[in-house]
Amino acid sequence: MLSPRRILRSSEPYVFAAIILLSLLIQARSGQFFTGNNLVDLVRALVVPALFSIGCMMVIVSGGIDVSFTAIASLAMYVTDRILLSSDYSGNVILAYAMSAGFGLAMGALNGFLIAILRLPTLVVTLGTASLYTGLMFGAFSASASDVPPSIVQHGKETLFTAVNQQSGLTSNMPSQVLILVAVLILVFFLLRYTMLGRGIYAIGGDEAAAERAGFNVRAIKMFLYSFVGVLAGITGVARISMMAYADPSTMLGMELTVIAAVVLGGTRVTGGLGTLTGTLLGVALMTILANSLILIGVPTYWSRAFTGLVIIIGTGVTARQIGARQIGSTRRRGQSLKTRA
Amino acid sequence: MGKPESSPVARKLRGPRDQNLVRLLVMLLFVFALMTVLRPNQFATIADFNSMMRQFPEYGIMAIGISLTMITGGIDLGVVGTANLSAIVAAKFLIAAVPQGSPPAVVLPYLAVAVIFALVTGLACGAFAGILISRFNIPAILATLGTQQLFTGIAIGITNGRPQSRLPLLYSKIGNTEFFDFFPLSFVIFVVIAVSVGLLLSRARFGTSMYMLGTNPKASRYAGLNNASILLRTYMLSGLLSSVAGLIMMARANSAKADYGAPYTLQCVLIAVLGGIDPNGGFGKIAGVTLAILILQFLSSGLNMFNNISNFYRDVIWGGVLILVLVFNQLLSRRAERRAVRKGAA
Repeated sequence: MLSPRRILRSSEPYVFAAIILLSLLIQARSGQFFTGNNLVDLVRALVVPALFSIGCMMVIVSGGIDVSFTAIASLAMYVTDRILLSSDYSGNVILAYAMSAGFGLAMGALNGFLIAILRLPTLVVTLGTASLYTGLMFGAFSASASDVPPSIVQHGKETLFTAVNQQSGLTSNMPSQVLILVAVLILVFFLLRYTMLGRGIYAIGGDEAAAERAGFNVRAIKMFLYSFVGVLAGITGVARISMMAYADPSTMLGMELTVIAAVVLGGTRVTGGLGTLTGTLLGVALMTILANSLILIGVPTYWSRAFTGLVIIIGTGVTARQIGARQIGSTRRRGQSLKTRA
Repeated sequence: MGKPESSPVARKLRGPRDQNLVRLLVMLLFVFALMTVLRPNQFATIADFNSMMRQFPEYGIMAIGISLTMITGGIDLGVVGTANLSAIVAAKFLIAAVPQGSPPAVVLPYLAVAVIFALVTGLACGAFAGILISRFNIPAILATLGTQQLFTGIAIGITNGRPQSRLPLLYSKIGNTEFFDFFPLSFVIFVVIAVSVGLLLSRARFGTSMYMLGTNPKASRYAGLNNASILLRTYMLSGLLSSVAGLIMMARANSAKADYGAPYTLQCVLIAVLGGIDPNGGFGKIAGVTLAILILQFLSSGLNMFNNISNFYRDVIWGGVLILVLVFNQLLSRRAERRAVRKGAA
């Protein structure tokens, strides 16, 4: 199935090459890249954006865009945190995840209702709900950085193993939240690959009208999709505060831009229909390495934001060109496709 | 990214869009009356009108810029970054070039050059976004999310994130001139811009081609229009307008900083949608956008008079209003469509 030509035309190998080149560059400049603790630190920094990127990729594959998932994650985890704190909850951390996922589900379902049932444009809707959710968080709950319940603190301390840097003696712990990421990855992999629901997400993104005629229930699929993104966001929120050991309501806000950029960088077609988990993870890895290593390769702190912007532009530009070229190529070969589409 | 479900036929079925203007006007009067009743001593006094006229031009001009890009079926999320970067370029130049305590006659030519620098920066920022969108086929949302980061990032980079103050006094003095002791200069600039952009859209060939491109890019290309050039010019215009807004912000704050006006982006999208600009492109008028600006200003000035309402509720209200307006417009247009279909069947 996977001919070499097809592999080269996807963007995964290029992103992978970019990651290797960047790692070698950082290694050459600092000598600190390929050390156990740096790699573990990178994975640690990658967990939350990677969790976000999975939902984000699914939405973009379906032809939509969501800029509200960080707001959902923040509000869901904050409300959960306050409720658990005020009831002196000391039981299992599963409840925290379940509650936060529930709040996320409700907020995601609102997005889904507006987008799937009322058929409103996704960008404007999610810009609006993002503002609504952050406004509620800071207004109604007058949110500020707060403690987390003991069970979450405990959960944050669980480590899979500890990596020690032989030279500097620095240690880094592999957080147990990586397991959540792995579980979600496996779940979404099967969902996208082997269920009609998952194939439907790709079908809608390819051509919504065609998907509907082919018998997909477009409304139900979209409703599920945005609700699922809400659930994922809720879980991600708790994962984040457990790793930080305190609940900062603004820690995740603004992350949506880099997540979207990472997803697009990973080869997800912005107009929908194309996108892989592998590419998405590679995109997230590249962005995380960049963000964590700007100082190591000599980019001054004040310029880091400009640098991120530049990476977004170059990354999306390259992907857009590639996909444009691919479309022209396939049209030439098949001759028919554009005509039928128009 | 909505689906282009509204074909030109469906659009025609929606009936005259001027209903939208009437609706907005009613809404404006309602908000006005509500605030006057709730806060009779503060709202709608002469002083209040004056302060409102100082507030809305900066985001109003950016809203007009975003509206233009939305008419072509895109969006410009980089307006605030462009505005701040332009203002910072002007401020840096003024601080470096003008010796402290120079007499006005000496400062004036420098001010003119600084304004030109800012406008050129705005044009360049817009051209950059326009090239990314028209030549490299990057979707407008992503391209301008990127440019917003990039422009703000450059602004932070060249200032180390610090505000650029100690501008020559003359600048804010001119910027805060009031005609007839009532109309601030920024308000006059806004009126000039709103009228000329309105004329551009309704009378000029360029305006018509923007609507055509927004309605159906393929059709406009087959009709012989140069889509790439139209897009490029639209984003340059949006950039130019943003830089004017940046100059106004700089005059009001008497300084320039990389993170001024951060919430304006959402507010401007809200204004455009509220004003009847179709997020899928091809529809909307500047008159509607202007009414939406006034509605928002009345709302926010009114809210300011309630001390117990936290500023964060403004986010809730903006987000809520945006979604309600979308829902309302959608329901109305569906009803119009159904009615038209029934009429057609009869």
